[in-house]
Amino acid sequence: MVKEVPLVWLAASACTGCSISLLNSASPTIKNILIDQIIPGVHINLRFHATIMAGAGEPVIEVLEDTVAEKKGEYVLVVEGAIPTATDAMYGAIGERDGKPVSMEIRLEELARGALAILAVGTCASFGGIPAAAPNPSGCKSVREILEAKGITKPLINIPGCPPHPDWFVGTVASILLTGLPKAEDLDDNLRPLAFYGKLIHENCPRRAYFDEGKFAKKPGDEGCLYELGCKGPITYADCPLRQWNNGTNWVIGAGAPCNGCTQPEFPDLMSPFYEKLKDVELPVIGAYWSSSKGEK
Amino acid sequence: MSKIVIDPVTRIEGHLKIETVVEDGVVKEARSTGNLFRGIELILRGRDPRDAQVITQRICGVCPQSHGVAAALSLDSALGLSDKIPANARIIRNLIQGAHVAQDHILHFYHLAALDYVDITDVAKYEGGNSALNSVKDFISRGELGPFVPRYEGDYRLPPEVNQQATAHYLEALEIRRIGHEMVSIFSGKVPHSVGIVPGGVTARPSVDKIISFLWKLRRLQDFIDNTYIPDVLAVAGAYPDYCEIGTGCKSLLSYGAYDLEAGGADVTQRKRLFTPGVTSVDLKPGKLDISKVTESVKHSWYQDSPSARHPTRGETKPDYDKEGAYSWVKSPRYEGKVYEVGPLARVAVTYANGDPVMKNLVDSALAQLKAPPSVLFSVMGRHLARALSAKFIADSMEKWLLELKTGEPTFVEYTIPEEGMGAGLTEAARGALGHWIEIKEQKIANYQCVVPTTWNASPRDDNGNPGPIEQAIIGTRIRDKSNPFEIVRIVRSFDPCLACAIH
Repeated sequence: MVKEVPLVWLAASACTGCSISLLNSASPTIKNILIDQIIPGVHINLRFHATIMAGAGEPVIEVLEDTVAEKKGEYVLVVEGAIPTATDAMYGAIGERDGKPVSMEIRLEELARGALAILAVGTCASFGGIPAAAPNPSGCKSVREILEAKGITKPLINIPGCPPHPDWFVGTVASILLTGLPKAEDLDDNLRPLAFYGKLIHENCPRRAYFDEGKFAKKPGDEGCLYELGCKGPITYADCPLRQWNNGTNWVIGAGAPCNGCTQPEFPDLMSPFYEKLKDVELPVIGAYWSSSKGEK
Repeated sequence: MSKIVIDPVTRIEGHLKIETVVEDGVVKEARSTGNLFRGIELILRGRDPRDAQVITQRICGVCPQSHGVAAALSLDSALGLSDKIPANARIIRNLIQGAHVAQDHILHFYHLAALDYVDITDVAKYEGGNSALNSVKDFISRGELGPFVPRYEGDYRLPPEVNQQATAHYLEALEIRRIGHEMVSIFSGKVPHSVGIVPGGVTARPSVDKIISFLWKLRRLQDFIDNTYIPDVLAVAGAYPDYCEIGTGCKSLLSYGAYDLEAGGADVTQRKRLFTPGVTSVDLKPGKLDISKVTESVKHSWYQDSPSARHPTRGETKPDYDKEGAYSWVKSPRYEGKVYEVGPLARVAVTYANGDPVMKNLVDSALAQLKAPPSVLFSVMGRHLARALSAKFIADSMEKWLLELKTGEPTFVEYTIPEEGMGAGLTEAARGALGHWIEIKEQKIANYQCVVPTTWNASPRDDNGNPGPIEQAIIGTRIRDKSNPFEIVRIVRSFDPCLACAIH
């Protein structure tokens, strides 16, 4: 008997980049994730994902609402995108009830209350991200902020990145299926799995030797460390340099561009200007920025 | 009279509602409502101009590269660099955008549109040795069919063996489009939200290993487009001939053209591009494009009325959800005050109308296989066919561009950010004409306006009350079964809407 794990994917104030990134999963492939037993004896039953599901309109809203009623406490809720809250949350709506649009905030609250656990996928869902950037025109909030405001205490894991690497999502899901929900010591203060977000980009950067020698690129395409071109690798936690992107093809710094810090709660406002050198970094001690100015890490 | 409300319209990007009024089985009225406002244009204000290409890519995770190109072109022009971009940079931008668009067209047909025509449950009857199909058969036998049911029922016309083969192609297309993204990543670091395209050029230098890797991934894409994608589109069109006639829409087509073939000035309509800039209609005669005649109306959009029908250089974005008579977050772009459709059909038709010999051959031979006149292009299936031909036209051009790259030659030109400046960046995203307009004051972004393909196509009524292209394409359609309104979703999806783009 194959165990079916129900999963609901709610897209809110998002660009669908997180979903597209997941499509790029190489091993397992997205076909393995949707169709096959992702680990022997377990199949992820993706009940709702508006970008790929066959149905439309009321019948699929019924699936969403039936899942809350019939699979209470059993389903994993994935949220992509931040949650608009301004003007009674009417900057973002999904489906209707009694002929009136239902806000994303209400959808999140209803789905979160019945969930086994919640995965905030991407920097918008995790921390607010791009739509919450100043002046935050739609009053976007992170999933964590909404859950805390509503007093919902379900387990929450943040998988940030703009977008996140598919391995970060797939690895987190596989870890839940194999060993259960993560313990407090498996996550950092920002609720990110340390397995993927435990080290700074800077710690594993192949251009690190240039940094230590003081050889800095002066313009795009130059050899050298990209620090003076605005690289945020010294203050950004993610394993991009080791994991690489798009099936191991390349990564940001591999293309000669500075890291823009997209896995951090500070993205984008405190990570920009993206092409300006970081301010207030004490060098060359790794991680000194956070320990000196934030008292964290 | 009765209403059909479809919310959410799925298998598109983003949050779209379609509402129709049906009388005697025929759609009398249609309303297209974009349901999510983020305000990226407001977020851009006051920032470092160079950050526009990072932030505007986040308008859309499906087509970030096109926003990256549009932002870089608008910055190039604002910074006075349009004619100084090195050949390597122009080519690498084309390769990044081209690989992206070709895979995006494949994604659209197989993963967004195909489930309207292909019955995947026929795989339950599969008896062959294809391991992928047998795993789908296992999946079906376990009984939990999400996300493939529920769905509209009652109009799947392909025989079981064709449904089975199409399902195999659905799965194969997942791999092929992933390879397309690997091609983008070779020159642009990662996808989605690439980093390689910047004002002044690109960040990556061409090297032989990148060129050869790109070339052989391109070969796989071309093989799939030629031997699977185009034949599948023709087969579906053959099985659903009524969809070669419905969903016609406004019949006026506009394309900015895309893929610069030589360095040029700030006015892209004067540039030599792979896809020709221009307008056309059912007569397929070429018409010139004058960018100054593009405006955006907001009378029926949730924005304050004062800036209605302005050119984007003077455009404003002032949300007002309580506005009387408004029903969408999408604005209404118009050209010469008239409704225009944008997209693969428009760029294929405009390039065809301008007599491009390769495009003429592609279109004419596809129509010959369908035994159909050019008028079938203006239909649901016509849009799918144009999209497939657009993919082939781009993919086949990339090999030549790739071999024009010169290792060791520059990819970037240095600049300083001026105190003041204006710029426009016009290109063709997968879904059609994409424009970014920037105004710089005190070295910061003072105003930024984006008019995006689905802004055109999913637009609500304009100041004159004229419905947008998708609305027009639905109006007049006969709905066979109101509880399974296949016609509406098939028409809407033929435009490949992207609502995150449309509203931004």
